[in-house]
Amino acid sequence: MIPVLSVQGLKVSFRTDAGMASVLDDVGLTLERGQVLGVVGESGCGKSTLIRAIMGILPGAARVNAGQIVFEGENLLVFTERELNQQIRGSRIGFIPQDPLLSLNPVFKVGSQLLEIMRDHAPPGTSRADHIQRLVSLLRRLQVPGPDNALERYPHQFSGGQRQRLLIAAALACSPGLVIADEPTTALDVTTQHEILLLLRELVDELDISLLFVTHDLGVVAALCDTVCVIYAGQTVESGPVEAVLRAPSHPYTQALLACHPERSVSFTGIGGTVPSPLRMPTGCRFAPRCGYTEPICAVALPIATRRKSGADVRCVHSG
Amino acid sequence: MILRFVLRRCALAVPSLIGLLVLTFVLIRVVPSDPAAAMAGDAATPEQIAQLRHEYGLDRPVWEQFFVYAGKAVRLDFGESAFSHRPVALDIAQRLPATLELTFAAMAISIFLGVPLGVFAALRHNQWPDFALRMVSVLGVAVAAFWVAIMLQLLFAMELGWLPLRGELSVSVPPPVRLSGFLLVDSLLTGRFDAFGDGLAHLVLPAVTLALGGMASIVRFTRAGVLDTLQQDFVTYERAMGYRRMRLIWRYVLRNSVTATITQIGLLFGGLIAGGVVVEAIYDWPGIGSYTVNAILTGDHQVMLAVTLLIGVVYAVVNILTDLVHGLVDPRLMDRS
Ligand SMILES: Nc1ncnc2c1ncn2[C@@H]1O[C@H](COP(=O)(O)OP(=O)(O)OP(=O)(O)O)[C@@H](O)[C@H]1O
Ligand code: SF4
Ligand SMILES: [Mg+2]
Repeated sequence: MIPVLSVQGLKVSFRTDAGMASVLDDVGLTLERGQVLGVVGESGCGKSTLIRAIMGILPGAARVNAGQIVFEGENLLVFTERELNQQIRGSRIGFIPQDPLLSLNPVFKVGSQLLEIMRDHAPPGTSRADHIQRLVSLLRRLQVPGPDNALERYPHQFSGGQRQRLLIAAALACSPGLVIADEPTTALDVTTQHEILLLLRELVDELDISLLFVTHDLGVVAALCDTVCVIYAGQTVESGPVEAVLRAPSHPYTQALLACHPERSVSFTGIGGTVPSPLRMPTGCRFAPRCGYTEPICAVALPIATRRKSGADVRCVHSG
Repeated sequence: MILRFVLRRCALAVPSLIGLLVLTFVLIRVVPSDPAAAMAGDAATPEQIAQLRHEYGLDRPVWEQFFVYAGKAVRLDFGESAFSHRPVALDIAQRLPATLELTFAAMAISIFLGVPLGVFAALRHNQWPDFALRMVSVLGVAVAAFWVAIMLQLLFAMELGWLPLRGELSVSVPPPVRLSGFLLVDSLLTGRFDAFGDGLAHLVLPAVTLALGGMASIVRFTRAGVLDTLQQDFVTYERAMGYRRMRLIWRYVLRNSVTATITQIGLLFGGLIAGGVVVEAIYDWPGIGSYTVNAILTGDHQVMLAVTLLIGVVYAVVNILTDLVHGLVDPRLMDRS
């Protein structure tokens, strides 16, 4: 069966005043149908850039230099802006943003915004009344208070958690096959976070969608995801089934992540040193300056990913 | 809720209007020349002046004078113009529509050109159309209205002969029956399309002259607002959810970007009424501006006073309207009040 989403060898660079910054360099991931894939990495490692590349909304200064992004068998990189708008965004791929407080347009009613998405992306032949009905039933399912008149209200009349539910409803409105969520709970308090995560897991099983879930919280990965992809400095360093990667991490970076916070809520402050600048990446392994297992070869040659006994693909010369 | 919002703003305007009354009252009393003497004219005898002084209450205690003054102002009783020998309020009522017509036309031009140009400049941020528009809008603010007026007259009226030089209506065209006082409105209401066309042609040059400065600042504020909005998270979100580009920009981005522009438009409106003085004088436009110039030249105190109060009231009304439009554009403001 073909995967819902497969990204191979993706390279993205930004034109900056200080030169070309290579932000993604050989990122790969695979998401199978009906599964949840967690993308984990420190702040600045390129998680949001990866998502923007998939949805074709990279800023003007960014270029995709290599790689392919295949969604349901189609290479998204050859789509025009217009084709992406008409066939992909909001319809076949739903998006849940990071900050629910800043992601809804403050001067339009919630209804105008959700209906704007359905207007262009709902199945042809459906009327505005159908769209309203669909949204109201989604809001009810998502436990938004007062679902019948929620569409008539403005974003500032909802709490952060409620707004995230509105955004989830927007993502699901046109029955997408894939939902991409960029740290959808980071801006929320712990209790609300937990509720939203439970809800997402239920919806994945209930609606037969696939979910790409970006986070820097390994606890969330353990609770929610089937597979995981660990990114360091714009490269996939370890990927595979969640049990394999979290129980027996092979890459020194994954090990360090787990070691500094075995439980929930990883802040990454525990790993010594800093992420290298995308303007000056080490020639060999990008983790070498911070790695406890460095061998002479590490500083010279970039390791390629190999399949380990655990079932994970790992980019490291160390046999770990 | 909107009604409460408006009433609150009106109540807030009252103290500033009272302040204006006090200020103008003080100004009249400290003006060195004797107002009674000025009103009576050069040939008046001391008895006539004393008579006038009594008539206007200038021989009473100051606080009493103030209440008399304020009472008359509220009843729109500003006495007679020393120049036209008609009640000042009547003169103003007659001339105000021409000024408003000119002001509205200038506003419309500066908004309907300024806002799209501002959006365009923001979308072409740091490319040549943006630089060109920035140059032009700096010029628009810097260049004096009278210079623009004369250049336009020279080119379009004298050289090309496309548009009339001055006035509101050609002498050969009889004015339409006066209903609202607005020439263009009245000529449409009475089916006088000849007067409408002629009036419109007369309106073009003064309106364009008056519009330029305002348009320049509307371009700048709109550009800055759109650039700011484009950085917001919700724009990235709307793109990710496949909003069509045109609707995204002209509806969802624009409405978030015009807060500063609306404030600016409000300020402009008051400024246009005041700034119209020069333009009206040059184009011989029969409005408040040319009337005021006349009053200043002839030392007609009552007229100057009435016009000052009028401009104060216009500012207050425009402020209320500006707040209302802000509230309508951004529901968060309405809820906060
Ligand atoms: N417009 C831009 N111009 C230049 N560099 C950029 C730009 N946007 C992002 N970057 C760089 O790309 C890198 C990755 O950024 P990205 O936002 O994808 O990280 P992230 O993993 O999502 O981080 P976070 O967890 O903080 O959201 C960062 O080093 C950042 O400096
Ligand atoms: S390749 Fe070398 S430096 Fe890089 S993670 Fe493995 S052991 Fe560490
Ligand atoms: Mg991010």
